[in-house]
Amino acid sequence: MAQKKLGKQTVAFSNPPIISSTYSIVGPKEGEGPLAKYFNLILEDEFWGEKTWEKTEAKIVKECIGGCLGNEKVSNDDIDFLFSGDLLNQCVSSSFGIRERNIPYLGLFGACSTFVEGMALGAMTIDGGMADNIVASTSSHFCSAEKQFRFPLELGNQRPPSSQWTVTGSGTALLKSSGTGPKITHATIGKIIDMGIKDANNMGAAMAPAAVDTLYQHFIDTGRTPDYYDLILTGDLGFIGKQITLELMMSRGFDLKSNYNDCGCLIFDRETQDVHSGGSGCGCVATTFCGYIFNQLQEKTFRKVLLCATGALMSPTTAQQNESILGIAHAVSIEV
Amino acid sequence: MERIETKKDYQDYVDKITPNSRTAFNILKAFIVGGLICLGGQFIMDFWEARGLAQTDAASATSITLIFIGILLTALNIYSKIGKFAGAGSIVPITGFANSIASPAIEFKSEGLILGVGAKLFQIAGPVLVYGTATSMLVGLIYFLFTASN
Repeated sequence: MAQKKLGKQTVAFSNPPIISSTYSIVGPKEGEGPLAKYFNLILEDEFWGEKTWEKTEAKIVKECIGGCLGNEKVSNDDIDFLFSGDLLNQCVSSSFGIRERNIPYLGLFGACSTFVEGMALGAMTIDGGMADNIVASTSSHFCSAEKQFRFPLELGNQRPPSSQWTVTGSGTALLKSSGTGPKITHATIGKIIDMGIKDANNMGAAMAPAAVDTLYQHFIDTGRTPDYYDLILTGDLGFIGKQITLELMMSRGFDLKSNYNDCGCLIFDRETQDVHSGGSGCGCVATTFCGYIFNQLQEKTFRKVLLCATGALMSPTTAQQNESILGIAHAVSIEV
Repeated sequence: MERIETKKDYQDYVDKITPNSRTAFNILKAFIVGGLICLGGQFIMDFWEARGLAQTDAASATSITLIFIGILLTALNIYSKIGKFAGAGSIVPITGFANSIASPAIEFKSEGLILGVGAKLFQIAGPVLVYGTATSMLVGLIYFLFTASN
């Protein structure tokens, strides 16, 4: 019998894993944003000495994991498993970023939900008694994502107001079976939600129903209400997706107005940074959590946070074949 | 808000809350920048004519000059900024066509000269060439049929 399963989609950990340390690396644009002081490393340019965007992104992953392990003076050999994934085809940023580490590796693709997917799987692995130290990591790079999903960077065109800006950056969290730090108490695994949105320039609208589904199910499964948390944070819905989430949750009887926000709305300044509907990408939720939120948990400004990362499951090929954009969202409850 | 039951309800709701592009303002910017590019083209044409080229040769020389400027500005990371401001105003003129070929060349250089630059060069401009040529053939055929019947 699944003793730790709670309700339909939630797992309640009996020995909640600790988030022992985090590390975040961001690009120059994120470094000019409102969360700049919380990041561990801000790159001076988008290349970081590499010749291609893909190599840069892999280097960001490599150095981010290195920074996280360095924080704790933990070596590669101490890590039981590493969960990582990114947006590039076949998750190459993760694989190439960790190729020299000799850590047992499980590659994930949950699009921009990957970071929380990794944390949830890592927490399950630790709580299940299968590991003591787990690394969860993810990355995205504005330039490599534009190249794969959109147009060449130098092409002169316009973006609609609903479009979002892919965050350049990586976030890594080290999960441990014991020690000090915020605990992951619950994980709610999301379902694929397809509301038929096909506009790749409106990812927030495509993913928001998935966030709503997972948040709603989390409250049903745990019997909690939104006011249990100091902060409910979605991954990269941006301003439009945030509004949709607020309104759809309200229509389902949950008022999130006082304690809900979205990483895509936090990481950039909407007025001055020209990011339209906000930030997006795997790196958006990962760097915001590993930088800002983890700091606030340590400072105890926030004591209970529900982190819900959202992903758009699609490829340029499915979009060209006129398929809709599938949404998914996974949530973890983190408490100090 | 109204209850959302179906995908259509949701699409309607999303359409309602998603802000639209500022079409009138964008058209004005496109008109001004597109007009300025054409004005520049006229100056270049006058320059070549003043240097002694016949009108048809001057027109070719003008195209070549504009394509050069478009590619130069693309390489200097300026054309993308113009394009962000002007939209169609800088896409439609021949400088935009040059930009649409130069930008993939820069982007895919990392995959090599054959499968990168060579294969991806016409990633954006390809459809324009295909359908531009096809439309020209169709128009030519119609023209031929009409003139042949006279």
